[in-house]
Amino acid sequence: MSDNQDRWGIPGTYVFDLRLSRRGYAINKMCHSLRLAENRDLYLADEEAYMTRFGLDDEQKQAVRERDWLRLTQLGGNLFFFLKLGATLGHGLYPIGAQMRGESLEDFMKTRNVPGAT
Amino acid sequence: MAKIVAGIGSSHVPSIGRAYDQQKQTDPAWQPLFDGYEPVKRWLAEEVKADVVILVYNDHGTEFFLDRYPTFALGVADQYRVADEGYGRRPLPDFPGDADFSEHLANALVADEFDLTLCQEMELDHGFLTAMPLLWAHDEDQWPVKVVPLLTNVIQHPIPSGRRCYKLGQAIRRAVESYPEDLRVVVVGTGGLSHQLNGERFGWINEAWDREWLQRIQDEPEALADLSHKEVMTAAGAEGGEMIMWLTMRGAMAPQVREVHQFYYAPMTTGIGLLALEDDAGAQDAG
Ligand SMILES: [Fe+2]
Repeated sequence: MSDNQDRWGIPGTYVFDLRLSRRGYAINKMCHSLRLAENRDLYLADEEAYMTRFGLDDEQKQAVRERDWLRLTQLGGNLFFFLKLGATLGHGLYPIGAQMRGESLEDFMKTRNVPGAT
Repeated sequence: MAKIVAGIGSSHVPSIGRAYDQQKQTDPAWQPLFDGYEPVKRWLAEEVKADVVILVYNDHGTEFFLDRYPTFALGVADQYRVADEGYGRRPLPDFPGDADFSEHLANALVADEFDLTLCQEMELDHGFLTAMPLLWAHDEDQWPVKVVPLLTNVIQHPIPSGRRCYKLGQAIRRAVESYPEDLRVVVVGTGGLSHQLNGERFGWINEAWDREWLQRIQDEPEALADLSHKEVMTAAGAEGGEMIMWLTMRGAMAPQVREVHQFYYAPMTTGIGLLALEDDAGAQDAG
């Protein structure tokens, strides 16, 4: 997915530049709304309607349905915003990160110096 | 005349805030961190005795949204609220500002060609909050210092260059020194050190780079200010690119500084760094 990596040349990395931000604006706007508890309830009550309301396109909706955080990143989702979606769905930072690395959470934790410091 | 009496570099990480709130100070995984901050906390309380803290930080999708994103934004209020980042507000007191001092900074910095966004209201997320209780003791509703938040865009590129941040620090020093009141001012630069939270390279840490950074920012900040974002992010991770905010702090210090304390710990996904600096008085007398 390497339009971004062509621009920046950093492997395994999606630098959140204006082009990626524009691509992911609907995702990030939706995720930002989830900082409010009443919106988290609305989201959980009807995910599809909530995504449509914020104008996510089909690819973005599919990535959300699959909880595919890497794909969401490639489509312009920014982690700082989609952590609020993660919080709504009960997906924390480390499981999200392990998934982006293509690892189980358990294997990811083995790569850490002090896995108790969470 | 107001005067800069200390410069602090400190990481900002949500898990540190959680550990603090859950009182994990003696948990084996967290004790090294809290012990690492303790000497600086003591030094600030017993010797530095600051009146005001200018804290350089970034917001993380909490208070500022991408619909209009400032490159630099300065708080000019008498009070700043603790934000809810989606998990509830942290049990910390809201922060007292110093609107008169902020107003002076705004006037001086804009006249000095830094065209800041000025904020009458600003809720503060972990970018601001993490370091504060580790550096200053608070009780249920009070902090011993007033604060001036200075936000930097480090999340949506184009972000300001390291050089620009460094120059902003130099302008802050001029602005502080032209304030007539006798205020003791500490500048805190937050963020970093190495970490990456996106993509297949999630979890990237570069301890060698981090330790070098803690030394080089003292001895050759100009060389760090000349690094490109790509160079910093390649070495320190995409989110590690935010360590340019330390250069704002460093620019506000004298050319020669003395290290009071240094600490480093990389338990999970962030190289956590702490550096306490003061102007090198000997070098100042000579020059
Ligand atoms: Fe940050």
